[in-house]
Amino acid sequence: MLERTLQDLRTRGRRLLVPYIMAGVEADWLSLVELVVERGADAVEIGIPFSDPSMDGPVIQRAGETALARGATPLSVLSELRQQSFGVPIVVMTYYNIFHHMGDDRAIGELRRSGVDGVIIPDLPFEEGARWRELAARENLETVQLISPATSDERIDEILSVAEGFVYGVGRMAVTGEQVELAATATAIAARIRPRTSLPVLIGIGISNGAQARSVVGAGADGVVVGSALMRRLLDGESPDALAAFLDELRSALDDA
Amino acid sequence: MTSVMGSPDATGRFGGFGGRYVPESLMPAVLELEVAFREAWTDPLFRAQYTSTLESYAGRPTRLYLAERLSEHLGAQIWLKREDLAHTGSHKINNVIGQALLARRMGKTRLIAETGAGQHGVATATAAALLGLDAKVYMGEVDVKRQSLNVFRMRLLGAEVEPVKSGSRTLKDAVNEAMRSWVAALEDTHYCIGSVMGPHPYPWMVREFQRVIGDEARSQYLVATGSTPDWVVACVGGGSNAAGTFAGFVDTSARLVGVEPEGGAAIGRGVGGIVHGMESYFLQDEFGQVNEASSISAGLDYPGVGPEHAYLHTIGRARYDQVNDDQVLDAVRLLARLEGIICALESAHAVAWLVQHREEIAGTSVVLTLSGRGDKDAETIAERLGFLEGESYA
Repeated sequence: MLERTLQDLRTRGRRLLVPYIMAGVEADWLSLVELVVERGADAVEIGIPFSDPSMDGPVIQRAGETALARGATPLSVLSELRQQSFGVPIVVMTYYNIFHHMGDDRAIGELRRSGVDGVIIPDLPFEEGARWRELAARENLETVQLISPATSDERIDEILSVAEGFVYGVGRMAVTGEQVELAATATAIAARIRPRTSLPVLIGIGISNGAQARSVVGAGADGVVVGSALMRRLLDGESPDALAAFLDELRSALDDA
Repeated sequence: MTSVMGSPDATGRFGGFGGRYVPESLMPAVLELEVAFREAWTDPLFRAQYTSTLESYAGRPTRLYLAERLSEHLGAQIWLKREDLAHTGSHKINNVIGQALLARRMGKTRLIAETGAGQHGVATATAAALLGLDAKVYMGEVDVKRQSLNVFRMRLLGAEVEPVKSGSRTLKDAVNEAMRSWVAALEDTHYCIGSVMGPHPYPWMVREFQRVIGDEARSQYLVATGSTPDWVVACVGGGSNAAGTFAGFVDTSARLVGVEPEGGAAIGRGVGGIVHGMESYFLQDEFGQVNEASSISAGLDYPGVGPEHAYLHTIGRARYDQVNDDQVLDAVRLLARLEGIICALESAHAVAWLVQHREEIAGTSVVLTLSGRGDKDAETIAERLGFLEGESYA
């Protein structure tokens, strides 16, 4: 469902926007999901907060700590998600311990029951993820793979051989976070992955505004994932209108690219 | 299946534990490190350099000392492996010398490290100074406050100390922060992990750099007594001094005992999980969120344990028991009064186990690794024993 939807959009010439929202960051976080869908998100990445987010920078850490302090748990978040459908694919991002603790089978079942189409598990590299992928694939849950600027060409091909949904190109050798200037690695990784796969290629980590989104699309990416730039605005208390304006900026930059 | 405490399999597993659960950005770095360590560890020149640095600089071999008054008190023969006498005051120097030499061999110019009690941070700062490398140490804000002497030592040695303010602001968060910063600095930086934890090859590599403790102790014991001990005891946080000690005795009939703090007993009270790059036991809540450990010793305040210990526990080759903070304080005082040795709170866990199990060990022989000295803990111990208030605490 995730891959098919994104491929269809791509075939029609649409650039893909995938905003990230930390589940439970505020009481009505589901309305944030609605908001980003209204403003043109093609899929939504939803974070489940984890106590030790070793791939996340200060903004996503703070969003996670806020959600945990509010009492968010993996099951509470998934059960809230179950109450609503959004008309776009939902991709859950969290660390593997959350799923491992539940048990792979149960986690996959809970995710599917909540209408989740794909997962991003940054600390489950493809070598360790074979069992998970097999179980998830049986339930049509697609496991997104990450490729980083440090990944060799040979390794890229190995990772692509098991990739599903879309390919998450890591734009920067760093944890999640906003950047004033787009890293040279962001366009370079888009250009390296593009000729090697027919899957949609999205770049995330360090994509902070419309101009940066346009640059990576110019280098061959099909779209972007934007997390910290959006969550920082939310944590700073910006109004829904201001958030909408930021999403509009991203959307129109992609549409004009 | 590999032999017990031999090399792990190609995926870095000890039985069902270990592995390499790191983000793709770090994967090439840990793969490169594994190749580099394998090459170095089979290179006689590297081994010679490591051994001679430990001898000429770090003060090895450390003594195996028959603690006669403690032995008499407990009714058992107690031999102390005196890692507290190694340079910088703990066994941490063994691992750090190995990793710093390896980092230099890999062309890295900078070390980063996490630290809890500060002993690993001090050792890292020391090795960096010795080899002309830059060093930055991540330390939870809570630990920065309770281990101020070591913070001072690190800074005096030229290392940058970064207080970590995320999460519980202790050791586990310092690990997270070090991993985050490593991703952005792979070109010139080696992450010098301080215990037998993290993704493969760290648990194996750190155990190999620490096995000098067990190898020395075994031959020293043999020379002194002509045999092997009945018991081998060491404290366990992440578990590096225990792993290094056990490695020297795992193929003898000695019973191996790891002593965990009651408030941080990953084996005793944790459940299986995957955190910090490894599959092992961790203190967790019902949803898989990692709980804070809580112990009087900052160095054992880690909610996980090295994967090889999880394995040794599972197959029954080592036994893991717990002692509480009060027993640890009593043990510090006991060792000070009977032997004139002020040991670290971490090491005192092992001593406390002897007291707790004096009936079980009566008439037998014990090698106990005294992993570090207690200067850094003077303030904590004084506060807890009422010394600062001028009370008698005999």
